[in-house]
Amino acid sequence: MFFKKILSMIITILFITLITFSVFEIIPGDPILSKLGMDADEAQIQALKSELNLDSPFPVRYINWLESLFKGDLGKSIRYEKPVLQMIKDRVPVTFSMAFMSIITIILIGVPLGIISAKNNNKFIGTFISFITQFLMSIPSFWIGIILIFLFGLIFRIFSTGGYVPWSQNPFEAFKALFLPSLAISIPSIAVITRYTKNTIIEEMNKPYTLTAYSKGIQANKVLLKHNLRNALIPVITILGMIIGNILGGSIIIEQVFSLPGIGRLLINAISTRDIPLVQGLVLYLAFIVVFINFMIDILYVLIDPRVKTK
Amino acid sequence: MKKVFLFISVLSIMIFSFSSNIVIRVPQDPDFLDPHKAAASGTYEMMFNVFEGLLKPSPDGKVIPAVAESYTVSDDGLEYTFKLRKNIKFHNGEIVTVEDVLYSLNRLKGNDKDSALSSDFQKYVESIDSPDSQTIKVRLNTRNSDFLVKFVAAIVPKKVNLLNDNPIGTGPYSFVEYVPGQKLVLKKFADYWGEKAHIDNVVFKIIPDEQTSLLSFLSGDIRMYPRINDIQAEMLKDRYNVIKGEQNMVQLMTMNNKVKPFDDKRVRQAINYAIDKDEIIQLVANGNGTKLGSNMSPIMKEYYEEGLEDYYKTDLNKAKQLLKDAGYSDGFTTTITVPSNYKFHVDTAQVIAEQLKKIGVNVEIKQVEWGVWLDEVYSKRNYDMTIIGLTGKLSPYDILRRYLSDYPKNFYNYENLEYDEIINKAISETNEDIRAALYKQAQIILTEDAAAVYIMDPQLTVVTYKEIKGYTMYPLYVQDISKLYYEK
Repeated sequence: MFFKKILSMIITILFITLITFSVFEIIPGDPILSKLGMDADEAQIQALKSELNLDSPFPVRYINWLESLFKGDLGKSIRYEKPVLQMIKDRVPVTFSMAFMSIITIILIGVPLGIISAKNNNKFIGTFISFITQFLMSIPSFWIGIILIFLFGLIFRIFSTGGYVPWSQNPFEAFKALFLPSLAISIPSIAVITRYTKNTIIEEMNKPYTLTAYSKGIQANKVLLKHNLRNALIPVITILGMIIGNILGGSIIIEQVFSLPGIGRLLINAISTRDIPLVQGLVLYLAFIVVFINFMIDILYVLIDPRVKTK
Repeated sequence: MKKVFLFISVLSIMIFSFSSNIVIRVPQDPDFLDPHKAAASGTYEMMFNVFEGLLKPSPDGKVIPAVAESYTVSDDGLEYTFKLRKNIKFHNGEIVTVEDVLYSLNRLKGNDKDSALSSDFQKYVESIDSPDSQTIKVRLNTRNSDFLVKFVAAIVPKKVNLLNDNPIGTGPYSFVEYVPGQKLVLKKFADYWGEKAHIDNVVFKIIPDEQTSLLSFLSGDIRMYPRINDIQAEMLKDRYNVIKGEQNMVQLMTMNNKVKPFDDKRVRQAINYAIDKDEIIQLVANGNGTKLGSNMSPIMKEYYEEGLEDYYKTDLNKAKQLLKDAGYSDGFTTTITVPSNYKFHVDTAQVIAEQLKKIGVNVEIKQVEWGVWLDEVYSKRNYDMTIIGLTGKLSPYDILRRYLSDYPKNFYNYENLEYDEIINKAISETNEDIRAALYKQAQIILTEDAAAVYIMDPQLTVVTYKEIKGYTMYPLYVQDISKLYYEK
């Protein structure tokens, strides 16, 4: 069972890299021209062409790439002249810490808000939260990002706008640089989680077991937090898994807006300059993360609801 | 003890405050740090401060001695003799020798083993020798009156391996580090042979997005923002220095000369008559552009042919008549392919599309990625019309050879044997007046043939913080940081 899952994980990832590789065969654009630009001398183009060995046919190049992949070598970026692995390693901390901060914010704000609005459903506060979340859900995160930069970077001058400092250099500055972008990513997702938590809790509250619990004399809050919430969490976690995918996707744009040196920005640059080795490396990495997170979520189900395992 | 501590801290504060920094916005990463492999103008913009050739460009668009102290050209125009500047140092402290110069020039020329890195050196240079330890002689195989400017090519140390990781030159700034997608850092070179730079540390911060760049400028993260768009500059002009100047660029709309209907000269002329350049300059550049009539900016004073700007003075009736003569009395539909990352050209395309509607030409604007543009339009010439800016060069030959029928980057698909002949005559001509006259004649031919629609030389606009002074304009795609200083 476990082995089967890992195998399907590997096949999925390899399939994704094959698709990316083929797509880059078809779409127009050329890594050498993109790198050297309009003023390239014919001699420079030729020199780079022979250096990169781009003339061999597509299957050969893909197999070469796979071969070096199994040796642990992702190759060298065409655009940046640096090892792909090194470039990804340098960028992972930025995107990872931003995603981590976003997820924490989403859970810490979204779930409690959902509980509150479920409890106060049909009261003013519940309606108010519903209204706000409906509103926030409809705003794209890059726009929130620009507004946040404008407010906190320019008017209040609390946070710097762009300019990332590594954690190892100055944790406080790093936090400051990542706070606004992670907030921008999390706001729409907070709204989603809030509404979702609220709805599933209300659904659970209407189930017969809740009535049984009340009739046994258990306090309302305890029923809510101990029984309803726990049952409501399974669908919420499923949504959370999807949100993590969204965060990784959203970080591509947000990194651009905040000019953060993360994976997303690198991916955009790699695609637009047709830097195939770099694109392949990044796609491999991202595919692995998404597949891995889904795997982790399957495990989480079991932890929260032991019934899943027996099924 | 306390006093010592106090003294040290005061000293360190003093040192800290004496070291000056500047952060400058650039939109893209360098292509190569190795100056011979690098081709992108965005790279040259930064590395201009690090590398120098035997000669280097001056702000007025001439070349002046740099690594060479002086030079002479033989009467037949075939032999260039350079005297090496004495005791000039590389950034690693080593003295520049003729060996280094020979190595650099030979690297450009290439040999059986290593491919050439400059097709001009490969094509024209016959031999490179050093008769003594202070002299370098370069002999050409054919006369080329515009070859002198090629000696701005960087002189690099022979002994340094992996030049791309250790870019070592002789310029006023030395390379410190390059972090892909983030920044390129330079430091003042204390042993520079010429007038030393004023600002100690320079950071070129790579921010592709214009909006983010503006916000970073306003918040003080960056202090100098070259090539800012005119709308943003207008907004900033009261609180910051806004510097404007001609930049020797030719913004043009090319029509694929070998594709129907543009293979007919009358159609190209009709398009020229229909386009109102003044309106484009007003709407797109906010009035900050110099109207052009051929492929040359007036900044190239002695080679510029005056009076072509209004050769095709906007005249819709003439345009319609020409279209009718060419058999397109009902107009036609075509596409204009523009690189989406250059908002300036996209805006121009929109204005032009409106203008061409008036003569019955329907234009569909197709925005493509820069990489796609380079591949499909520039390299494969698979397009109808496009808009682009050609960056300035030091020599008129380098500007005008783009129209030679055998030039690899003749993406206009322009072909005129008379033109080829004139340009080839100009390059072997040593008399400066005759040479200039030939280049002027070439411009007239381009205009008469309506090879393209020559729109404008858009002004270069740079904003800096008020205390930064000394910005120097070049007719080239460069930022000369060594002349910048902070006003006390």
